[in-house]
Amino acid sequence: MSKKKEKSKRSLFEPRIMRRAMWDSVKKLNPVHQIKNPVMFVVEVGSVLTTALFFHAVITGRGEASPGFILQISIWLWVTVLFANFAESMAEGRGKAQADALRKTRQDVMAKRLAKPQRDSGAEMVSSSQLKKGDVVLVEAGGLIPMDGEVIEGVASVNESAITGESAPVIRESGGDRSAVTGGTMVLSDWLVIRVTSNPGETFLDRMISMVEGAKRQKTPNEIALDILLAGLTIVFLLVTATLLPFSIFSVKAAGHGSPVTMTVLVSLLVCLIPTTIGGLLSAIGIAGMDRMIQANVIAMSGRAVEAAGDVDVLLLDKTGTITLGDRQATMFIPAPGVDDHVLADAAQLSSLADETPEGRSIVVLAKEKYALRERDIHALGAHFVEFSAQTRMSGVNMDGREIRKGAADAVETYIQKEGGTFPAEVRRIVDDVARQGATPLVVAEGKRVLGVIRLNDIVKGGIKERFAEMRQMGIKTIMITGDNPLTAAAVAAEAGVDDFLAQATPETKLKLIREHQAGGRLVAMTGDGTNDAPALAQADVAVAMNTGTQAAKEAGNLVDLDSNPTKLIEIVEIGKQLLMTRGTLTTFSISNDVAKYFAILPAAFISIYPALGALNIMHLATPESAVLSAVIFNALIIIFLIPLALRGVKYKPLGAQIVLRNNALIYGVGGLIVPFIGIKLIDMLVTAMHLA
Amino acid sequence: MSGNDVLQIAAYFAVLVLLAKPLGMFMAGVYEGRPSILARALGPVERLFYRLCGIQPEEEMSSKQYALAVLLFSAAGVFAVYLLQRFQGSLPLDPQKFPAVAPDLSFNTAISFATNTNWQNYGGESTLSYFTQMAGLTVQNFVSAAAGMAVLVALIRGFKRHSVNTIGNFWVDMTRGVLYILLPLSVLYSFLLVSQGVVQSFDKYKTVALTQAVTYETPKLDAHGNPVMDSKGNPVTEEARAGGQQIPLGPAASQIAIKQLGTNGGGFFNANSAHPLENPTPFSNFLECLAILLIPAALCLTFGEMVGDRRQGWALLIAMMLVLAPLTFLCASAEQAGNPHFASMGIDQAASALQPGGNMEGKEVRNGIAGSAVWAAWTTAASNGSVNSMHDSYTALGGMVPMLLMQFGEVIFGGVGSGLYGMIIFAIITVFVAGLMVGRTPEYLGKKIEIFEMKMAAFVVLIVNALIKIGTAIAVSTKAGTAGISNPGPHGFSEVLYAFSSFADNNGSAFAGLNGNTVFYNTIGGILMFFGRFWVIIPVLAIAGSLAKKKHVPAGLGTLPTHTPLFVVFLIGVIVIVGALAFMPSLALGPIAEMLTH
Repeated sequence: MSKKKEKSKRSLFEPRIMRRAMWDSVKKLNPVHQIKNPVMFVVEVGSVLTTALFFHAVITGRGEASPGFILQISIWLWVTVLFANFAESMAEGRGKAQADALRKTRQDVMAKRLAKPQRDSGAEMVSSSQLKKGDVVLVEAGGLIPMDGEVIEGVASVNESAITGESAPVIRESGGDRSAVTGGTMVLSDWLVIRVTSNPGETFLDRMISMVEGAKRQKTPNEIALDILLAGLTIVFLLVTATLLPFSIFSVKAAGHGSPVTMTVLVSLLVCLIPTTIGGLLSAIGIAGMDRMIQANVIAMSGRAVEAAGDVDVLLLDKTGTITLGDRQATMFIPAPGVDDHVLADAAQLSSLADETPEGRSIVVLAKEKYALRERDIHALGAHFVEFSAQTRMSGVNMDGREIRKGAADAVETYIQKEGGTFPAEVRRIVDDVARQGATPLVVAEGKRVLGVIRLNDIVKGGIKERFAEMRQMGIKTIMITGDNPLTAAAVAAEAGVDDFLAQATPETKLKLIREHQAGGRLVAMTGDGTNDAPALAQADVAVAMNTGTQAAKEAGNLVDLDSNPTKLIEIVEIGKQLLMTRGTLTTFSISNDVAKYFAILPAAFISIYPALGALNIMHLATPESAVLSAVIFNALIIIFLIPLALRGVKYKPLGAQIVLRNNALIYGVGGLIVPFIGIKLIDMLVTAMHLA
Repeated sequence: MSGNDVLQIAAYFAVLVLLAKPLGMFMAGVYEGRPSILARALGPVERLFYRLCGIQPEEEMSSKQYALAVLLFSAAGVFAVYLLQRFQGSLPLDPQKFPAVAPDLSFNTAISFATNTNWQNYGGESTLSYFTQMAGLTVQNFVSAAAGMAVLVALIRGFKRHSVNTIGNFWVDMTRGVLYILLPLSVLYSFLLVSQGVVQSFDKYKTVALTQAVTYETPKLDAHGNPVMDSKGNPVTEEARAGGQQIPLGPAASQIAIKQLGTNGGGFFNANSAHPLENPTPFSNFLECLAILLIPAALCLTFGEMVGDRRQGWALLIAMMLVLAPLTFLCASAEQAGNPHFASMGIDQAASALQPGGNMEGKEVRNGIAGSAVWAAWTTAASNGSVNSMHDSYTALGGMVPMLLMQFGEVIFGGVGSGLYGMIIFAIITVFVAGLMVGRTPEYLGKKIEIFEMKMAAFVVLIVNALIKIGTAIAVSTKAGTAGISNPGPHGFSEVLYAFSSFADNNGSAFAGLNGNTVFYNTIGGILMFFGRFWVIIPVLAIAGSLAKKKHVPAGLGTLPTHTPLFVVFLIGVIVIVGALAFMPSLALGPIAEMLTH
């Protein structure tokens, strides 16, 4: 959390990033780079052409217009290209800064390579860069984990803040869903034997660096489709302006006076008409989308995944941790046969006094509310608190010779048997009953005697119902996935306000559900962390793997959530939508702008042939030169003004498509028609006041 | 505009909408092979035709096969019409003994009719035999129209079907379009037109005595045929007397019916529907004008019916109406306002009890301002191109309306079939931009619009634009091109721009003024019409094929609805902005300069 906050504080225009971006935007003038963006390439060619015209005018003294005018146009055309490059560099710069920080964690460390996958087998010291897939290493407290791997022995707490930004340590242990470790993270306590699962240069950290840097960035399908539309428009406008030369030559002959339109004006008209605003900002928008994912602490394994996120129709959400609080709340004490429920409540409360987990707190509170048992001070009682450990999977308290333990039924059963007691069949039945109702049973025991069961219930997260209502507004169907029986699932589903649920889910039924929705043409998103989630993750269109999850889950997902917060899926969908919306609105804005530019440039271009066309100069721009220059300047400046919007994305509100379209069409379509009239007029007043044209 | 004008124009639109719905539903039934009375009556003919031609009606075609069939069929049409003209002297039904038509004109006319353009560089009654008119032009009037409708139906199937590779059978669509739609309607129309006095005859042209003989001056010629000059070098004239008039005849009514219904527009006579024997009464004018938009309007509703959501069809029809109606009124009011040149000479052009007023140059009195302006707007909105008045004589603003309607890409109604598939291309582009604005990969009628569709759609918009611009540029830069221009100043430029818009958009309407029957215009026009038709059909069919392969995405709340007023407005915005942006500079040098100069 801490790092996330720090990251979001990174201002849009951090001086260090800006300095680098300025230099990069000059380097990007290289035609080899520019040709990838047809719109801006045309502008660059126009810049070269007008520069040549300027030199021609200076050297021969017989230029088509005054050298000063041609020079100013030429400079502003170059500036247009530079501004577009700057936008792209800014977007990349933010990623690069992030990558630099990550690279620092990817330092070469010495690792203890084990001969055999056992802790006590002989170890040799090797550099982490020499480790290969399949090698086994031992990492002890205070050591950095050299490479991505899987824990095959040991339990330890690991600080993963280098990757996730979350400073609270996490438990990593062999077997199960918490066995994956990431290179560059640090073991805080105990030790781990790790089998390396990736070769140097292919680690999660490496992939993360290349993703945030945008090094491997490929254009996404939607971006390509938009590129095609923009290229098509560019060619249309190229034809419009190119044919204006013969048209105006003919018109001069037909009218018997005037002079044909100059090349400088034609190039200016062309640059103003082609969609430079969106063309110049398009790649920045894409990179910024990835960047916003990173800000949300989600690593996209491909740009396509970010885009697909905006299209999601169905969200599969795990019940626990996503819809309900991961921590359950105690709702009932069920005593074992022959045990008074006050005794059970008392023992339960004693065992939980020092337990600061929400579950523990809820037990104390329940005992207080239901049985009027006041909270007691654990130190005053002289009690010794037994903390929960990964090995025993129990917690409890030792006082006055009493040993009270609480934990999962099987853990307590093992404990009782070790103490020489028996686990009553009646308690087993209660445990099963509670579990069947979708609640979690915790068994309380004192010594070798089982006292009873604490029922822990799912608590639906506050505000989640509203969130799902928003999703419905956006046309997204939410489906709750749970291992619970249908009755319990239905109760939770109704309370949470999801559209549907899948009860008693198994990896197979999950996969089937995804396939069914996909066959119906829907895009499915899901989150997962376990190895058994991997097939479903691989099948889903947008698959968010939890960073705490297994390597298999992370491989199968196309997004990795470093916070391992399942609710993040909703945020991811919003970022995806925002990305597409930013593209759409800026395209509309860019094209609407052209109308005003026509009213500026056309009368200026043709006034010598048909003076009556002066009537089209509705902005009353001072001179033909100032009109053309103002339009070109506006066209360049608007790119700079829109960089923050491109990087931040347009405001997103979860509303129906119809309302979103209406709002955006009004702001960016109608606004795009009006703004340039005002802007060009203002620039013209400035240009005239400064005697530039 | 007078109240009478408004009333007339409103009547045109009202009757059009009333007739569009039943016809649209009927056509959907035809292409889906639903049973009907007509299907029962003509079914045996259809099946016999398939047997004779060896067509397997159940066999479906991929988009490539379909496109190939359209191309081959149209190529055969071009050759047939070309040869008929070149050899008409040796063929039957040539009572006027017309010789073979010149090669360049034959080429132009052949392509013109096979592409449903029907640009008319020939004078029907002075160039073409009855046989050429019937076997060549009339046949192409039917099949080129049916081909356009077939391509549209194939595109509709692309939306309707999912996860398949085929989009129907061109031969079946072609046969059904002619047999069940165009033929019955044309027969009905022919009878109605004959009832109004349109000629239908195989007789030779008739010479009739004038009720009042006319005398006129004619240059005196010497023995060698050179004009005789007086001592001052002025030509000597002598008085001549005309007592009779030649009345052209022919199987006109049957051709005019399909010429109007199939958005063809190539008249039987040179003067087209301004000719009294082609369009004799105000009622015939109403019928013929209505026929221009009847099928294009109804096809919108066919589209809605076939894709299973009638609202989609209405949305497109309303979008078209919302563009056409104001422009029709604009054209009519500009014409009714009169000619500014006359006004400056103090001539009264106001409507009064004694005169209808307005700019009546080039208009037939029986059609009036409203009847002419509606026709001018509709014939260019639909790519019909038939005329009942001379657009060259319109006021600058009045004449810009038809030009603008063509430059919108012939998607405001447009040609039968071709107009709507063009409109759907614009809808795809609109959906793409609008879809992005709501944050989803755009989809139209449940089909995702992706890279391939955008590539093809952009190509369609681009190609027509390129043809018009490049063609006009060549014409105004070459001697051969400028030689045909008959008016000075911006109006001359308008003539050329209009002609090339008409070629590339397959309209066929002429601004007149321009002398188009030259080797230059015949050749370049022929080429433009060809590319304007088939380089649009091929990408459209490619889109159809690509859509048919896709899965169907069910609509949800997040899906952009495409039947709402908001979408209609957005669609119109895209069409108008793209059209205006692409053509404003050239319009500025033509009609806009002309309009502002006065």
